[in-house]
Amino acid sequence: MNYDLVLRVGTKLILPFILLFALYVQFHGDYGPGGGFQAGAIAAGMVILLAVTCGLDLAHRIAPQSVVQRMVPLGVLVYAGTGVAGILMGKNYLDYSPFSHNSAQGHELGILVVEAGVLITVAGTMTSLFYAFVERGR
Amino acid sequence: MPTLADFIEHYHYAITIFLMMTGLYIVVARGNMVKKLVGLSIFQTSVYLLYVEPAKIIGGTAPIIDPAFTVYSNPLPHVLMLTAIVVGVATIALGLALVVRINEAYGTIEEDEIFDMDRDT
Amino acid sequence: MNAVWPHLPAWQVVIPLLGAALVAFLRHSGAAFAVALAVSWLMPLIAGAMLWQVLATGPISYHLGSWPPPWGIEYRVDVLSGFVLVLVSAVGAVVMPFARRSVAFEVEDGQQAWFYCMYLLCLTGLLGIVITGDAFNAFVFLEVSSLSTYVLVALGRDRRALLAAFQYLILGTIGATFYIIGVGLLYLLTGSLNMVDIAARLGPEWADHSRAIVAALAFITVGVSLKLALFPLHAWLPNAYAYAPSWVTVFLSATATKVAIYLLVRYYFSIFGVAIEFRDLPETEIILVLSVAAMFVASLIAVFQTDLKRMLAYSSVAQIGYITLGIGLANQAGLTGGLVHIVNHALMKAALFLAVGAIFFRVRSVRLPDLAGIGRRMPVTMTAFTIGCLGLVGTPGTSGFISKWYLALGAFDKGWWVLVFLIVGSSLIALVYVGRVLEVVWLREPSAAIADASDPPLSMLLPLVVLAAATIYFGFDTGWTAGIADIAARDLLGGLR
Repeated sequence: MNYDLVLRVGTKLILPFILLFALYVQFHGDYGPGGGFQAGAIAAGMVILLAVTCGLDLAHRIAPQSVVQRMVPLGVLVYAGTGVAGILMGKNYLDYSPFSHNSAQGHELGILVVEAGVLITVAGTMTSLFYAFVERGR
Repeated sequence: MPTLADFIEHYHYAITIFLMMTGLYIVVARGNMVKKLVGLSIFQTSVYLLYVEPAKIIGGTAPIIDPAFTVYSNPLPHVLMLTAIVVGVATIALGLALVVRINEAYGTIEEDEIFDMDRDT
Repeated sequence: MNAVWPHLPAWQVVIPLLGAALVAFLRHSGAAFAVALAVSWLMPLIAGAMLWQVLATGPISYHLGSWPPPWGIEYRVDVLSGFVLVLVSAVGAVVMPFARRSVAFEVEDGQQAWFYCMYLLCLTGLLGIVITGDAFNAFVFLEVSSLSTYVLVALGRDRRALLAAFQYLILGTIGATFYIIGVGLLYLLTGSLNMVDIAARLGPEWADHSRAIVAALAFITVGVSLKLALFPLHAWLPNAYAYAPSWVTVFLSATATKVAIYLLVRYYFSIFGVAIEFRDLPETEIILVLSVAAMFVASLIAVFQTDLKRMLAYSSVAQIGYITLGIGLANQAGLTGGLVHIVNHALMKAALFLAVGAIFFRVRSVRLPDLAGIGRRMPVTMTAFTIGCLGLVGTPGTSGFISKWYLALGAFDKGWWVLVFLIVGSSLIALVYVGRVLEVVWLREPSAAIADASDPPLSMLLPLVVLAAATIYFGFDTGWTAGIADIAARDLLGGLR
């Protein structure tokens, strides 16, 4: 298939910035609007934009379907695993305070890991939803 | 006795109820499955409004403690609705996936046509 | 031990969730079954340990993330929730071995791992609804279980399964949305989502029946009734049960509607019952009338079904009527009868649907005309089926009799003689639809089409025999069922205003 040159080049130029913006939203979630959910949606948006402008094959090459589909449970495992780590360190499920010598710092660390899990799952889910619907017609 | 002034003061509830009824009506009255899902989505959206409207305080800011602000909006309903939105997205995605499969299996997404086809078999 | 004993409420929900994620990650059908089996067998141990603890020392409260309620999410296990947790997890554990062959037979190869993943998610949701003490958290678990259920139903081979799943999705989502509207109104009134806290805050100062409370009650009643298939809201159930893979029907009929009933009981008796004089509202009368209507109308429809699965699905609607009848009676004996019927009906319906699944596994049909004389070809299966049928009718010596006895006692306590006759009358209709099937399967000559049918392999037969035996056992020894239901009912009614 022939894709528009301007769109192709333009997309490839802004792709890294979209990813960077996703990471900014992810890590800015502590002190402003943002977090794993939004970041995951933005990251998935990057893949979808690539698929729309440059074709599905290229998108499959940078985000293979098997990887994307495994990201969904992986994020859940990260999230639930963080909670279990709380139990193993002697506190309640999802209690992040034992992660660091200082309770507030422990919470910050815990929520960082949880948000990473959310990012992985949301990005994986959005992308695999897109793939699933696009693949149907082929 | 509720008066017109009461009604106007609580106009946001009227909007919520209007959306709720619109959504529910579409779900019940339309035979096209995609339209049904659209109605379902509107119905769910009205619930987001129901929660978020009373939580927003006019002049209140996002609940990040700062000495410059004294009035904050209630964050909890916003967070709850974030969860509900995720659930809603999952529901609509699953519903659309089913519609795609139904279209492949039956060749139509009109409910009455599908019922007719099943009656024949 | 320290990581296990105090954290049982968390493990109860987290283990199936981790299992589901693991299955989705591995995507191998053999491994998926192994994980699902391990999780299913672990769950009743956890639930049983918690129920034992509750009976010994009182309710367990577990604070997720160590945030104390009402700010954080609280997992709360009391006698009622422990009772339902044990039921759900035990049914899952008993019927799981049946799944291996049945699912391999009915679900396409590539989808089997997803099947077990969805089952584990559904289990997570169902256990979560029962264990959580947070109204909104219950909604999230409700949707987790419902969404996975829609997928499970859609995995049926028949294309009508897709349609059934879609209809279930629409009605189920409307139900869940009604439920959160109700919870939203309660939150606007009280500013709290913790169930115990809501009940405390509603308290006596709301005795003048605030219209908002009644509206919340109405929304929650309708929403949850859609999920539990209370009579006029049962439209999704027959199709979903009839076209879902056999094993899914077994699991759903025994757990999903029961958990929704639990939620209704929780709201009626632990939240609204504490806050307002809800016996004064028409709520209980409405529930009573609808229950009686379910007992009769659904039973009558069941009489005219030729598809065995569909007949049992309508019978489920009728049996749910008995359970809600107990809720509507709202006295000690009546509520005990309703609660004990949750367990008794779950066990006998699971046995019946397992038998139907076994028939489908051998004969590839569950239409009544194809099953003439099947009793002589599959004697053990059909004996278990017959025991389940007798339980449905409420024959003395089966667990069904115990529940109906308590219900009749509850009606008698209220002085409602008519209701006692109605309970007996609807049992007679059950006798008609059951008798019709039993006549065909036992007394007719076997046809050539089923000549080579035989009892299914042991992994499928054993769960069936265990459940049929339980139906008889709980007809004689009621200590575990009616005994605990009695304590739970006393707990619930004790809090009423």
